[in-house]
Amino acid sequence: MSPTLLEARNVSKRFPVTKGLILGGNVGWIHAVEDVSFHIDGGETLGLVGESGCGKSTTARMVLLLERPTGGEMLYEGVSLQEMSGADLQRYRSTVQAVFQDPQSSLNPRMRVGDIVGEPLEVNAGLPRRAVRERVAEVLKDVNLDAAFAQLYPHEFSGGQRQRIALARALATHSRLIVLDEPVASLDASIRSQIINLLKDLQDQHGLSYLLITHDLAVSRHLSHRVAVMYLGRIVEEAKADALYAEPLHPYTKALIAAALPIRAGQESDEMVVAGEVPNPMDPPSGCGFHPRCPLAMPRCTEDEPALREVAPERRVACHLF
Amino acid sequence: MDTESSTTPAPLLEVKDLRTYFYTRSGTGRAVDGVSFTLKQGESLGLLGESGCGKSMTSLSILRLVPRPAGRIVSGQVLFRGRDLLRISEQDMRRVRGKEIAMILQDPLSTLNPVFTIGNQVAEPLRVHGVVSRSRLWERVSKLLSLVRIPAPESRLKDYPHQFSGGMRQRVVGATAIAAGPRLLIADEPTTSLDVTIQAQYLRLLKELQRESNLSIIYITHDLATLARICDRVAVMYAGKIVEQLTVEALFERPAHPYTEALLQSVPRMDRKVHRFASIEGSPPVVYDLPPGCAFAPRCPKAMDICRSESPPATRIGADHHVSCWLHEKDEHESHAAGSQERQ
Repeated sequence: MSPTLLEARNVSKRFPVTKGLILGGNVGWIHAVEDVSFHIDGGETLGLVGESGCGKSTTARMVLLLERPTGGEMLYEGVSLQEMSGADLQRYRSTVQAVFQDPQSSLNPRMRVGDIVGEPLEVNAGLPRRAVRERVAEVLKDVNLDAAFAQLYPHEFSGGQRQRIALARALATHSRLIVLDEPVASLDASIRSQIINLLKDLQDQHGLSYLLITHDLAVSRHLSHRVAVMYLGRIVEEAKADALYAEPLHPYTKALIAAALPIRAGQESDEMVVAGEVPNPMDPPSGCGFHPRCPLAMPRCTEDEPALREVAPERRVACHLF
Repeated sequence: MDTESSTTPAPLLEVKDLRTYFYTRSGTGRAVDGVSFTLKQGESLGLLGESGCGKSMTSLSILRLVPRPAGRIVSGQVLFRGRDLLRISEQDMRRVRGKEIAMILQDPLSTLNPVFTIGNQVAEPLRVHGVVSRSRLWERVSKLLSLVRIPAPESRLKDYPHQFSGGMRQRVVGATAIAAGPRLLIADEPTTSLDVTIQAQYLRLLKELQRESNLSIIYITHDLATLARICDRVAVMYAGKIVEQLTVEALFERPAHPYTEALLQSVPRMDRKVHRFASIEGSPPVVYDLPPGCAFAPRCPKAMDICRSESPPATRIGADHHVSCWLHEKDEHESHAAGSQERQ
C-alpha cells in the first residue's frame, strides 16, 4: 500500500435544529458525526459500515466537500481541505469522485452517455472536444462497455450498465479516490457480483482508493481492506476486514454480523439479537451511545464515553470491555 | 403419490400450472408461466429470485390482485383449502383477502395510510370481517399491537404512522395482517426497508407468530440470509418459472439447477470470502422477449443444444427436491436405463 491519501482527524458535523419559520430559534443539534478519525491509503478500500442515521453518508459528503465539518479537519496528501483554494481545490475535486446508489437518479436522462462521462473532463480538466471523446471511449472500455454507447441515453441501459456508466464518469478524470455510496444496493444479485468484480479490477489496474459507504456487511467484506463500523455518529470499531469478520470485538459489530449471517431457522436462539432501536441523534444517551441496546452493558457504560483505543495492531475498539 | 396423499393431510394451498400474462403494446409478457407448488399448514415457502422473475406476480395472482387491464390470469388453479380461488366470485374473494390470506408488502410507509390512526388501521380488518364485537374491538387491537411488541399499545392507538419508527411501522403492518387470524401470510420482501439489527428482530417475531398460530408463510425475497432464517422450503424462480424447488438445507448444500448454483456463488455472503465472484454473465431476460427453450440457456455455462430449443420439465431428483433442467433430465433417463438393464 502507498502512503496515506486521505485522513480525517477528529472530524465532527453537527446540524442545527430550528423551530418556526421566521423567528425560529435554535432548539438543538443533531450530532451526525462525532469525533471521527480514519485514513485511506493509496490503492486501499476503507469500508464505512453502519445502519441508517449512523453518520456514514455525512462523512462521505464531507470528503466530497458537500458539507463542511463543524470540528476537526480532513487532509488530502497532508493538506487540509479547509485551507485548499484555487488550483489545489480544483485538483482535489477532479481526483476525488463519487458513485451513488441509484444510477437512475445520478445520471441526467437528457444527456447522452458521452456527455455525461465527458462532463467532468470539460469542467475540471478543460480538455478540448476531441481529447474528451477519446478519453470517454477509453473509460467506457475500462468498465467493459462499448465505445459506441456514448451516443445513447441512460434509459437505454439496464441498471448494471447504468452503474458502469456512473463508474466511467468517476474514472474519467484519472481520479485517485472514489467515494462509493451503496454502489450495488439497487442492483440484482447476479448483476451485483459483476459490479463488485469490476470495482476490484479497476482498483488493481489503476491503483484506486475507495471509500465504501454501505449498510451491507457482505458487500463490505468482499470489497474492503479495512472496515470502520459507525454507530450514532461515532466509529465504534475499526480493523482489517478479515480480522473484523473473523472476530468482531464490539458488541454492536457482533450483533450486526450475526444479523447478516444466513442462519437456519431454529438455530437463532444462540444468536445475538439486539433489542430496541437507534436512539435519537438529537438526544444521544449518556456514556456509550450503544449502552441502552447492549446486552453486555455495565454500570460504567452509562456514564463514561469509551474512547476508540488500539487494542491490537491495526485494531481499534470503543468499548469498556476492552 | 396417491399413497402419500392418503397419509398426509391435504395441503393448505396448491397452485397448479398458474399462468399470468401481460398484454401490452410491446407484446405478451409471460410474467408467471406455469408455476406449480404446494404449501402445507404451518410451513413456510420462500420464493427466491431477481427482480422481474415473477415472484411478486405469483403472489398477486394467488390473491387475484394482478394489475388490470394489462395483466390477466390466463390459466391454472389456486386451490386454497380445496377451493379454487380463481373460480369463485369477487365477493367471495373479498372474504378471503385479509381474513384467510393476508399480505405484507415491502414498504410499511406506503402500506399504512398517513391520515388514519394506527388503532383504526389495525381495527379495519377486524371490523370488515366482523371478527370481534364492537365492545371488544379496542381491547383486541391493543392485544395485537402488544403481540408485535409495540410498547404501551393502549397509549399509542391514537398515534399516526409518522410517529412510529420504520421497524415499528412494519410491525404494525404485521399486526394488521394477522388481525383477522389468517391461515396464510404472504410477505413480499418485508424487511428490505429495515436496518439489519431491526431485520433480525422482525424475522424473529415473524417466526414466533408463525409457531404460535401455525401460520403458513409464502416469503418473497432475493436475500439468502433472510430466506434461511424464515423458510423451510424454497422455490427458485427465473423468468416466470420455478426452476428448482428444494429444502433450505439443500439450497445451501446441494443446489442442482445451474442458475441456483450461480446465484449462490455470485451473492456476496458473510460466511465466506472469495477473491472473485463467479458471476453470471448478461442480465435476466425480459418476459416480453423470452428465448425459446430454457430461459436461462443464454447465460448458462452448461447449456446444451436441447436447452435452446425445448423447455425442460420438472424432474424429481430427491425427496422434496425438484429441478427443471435438461442436465438432470438426462441423469434421470440414464439411471432409468441403467436400472432396466440391471433388471434384465
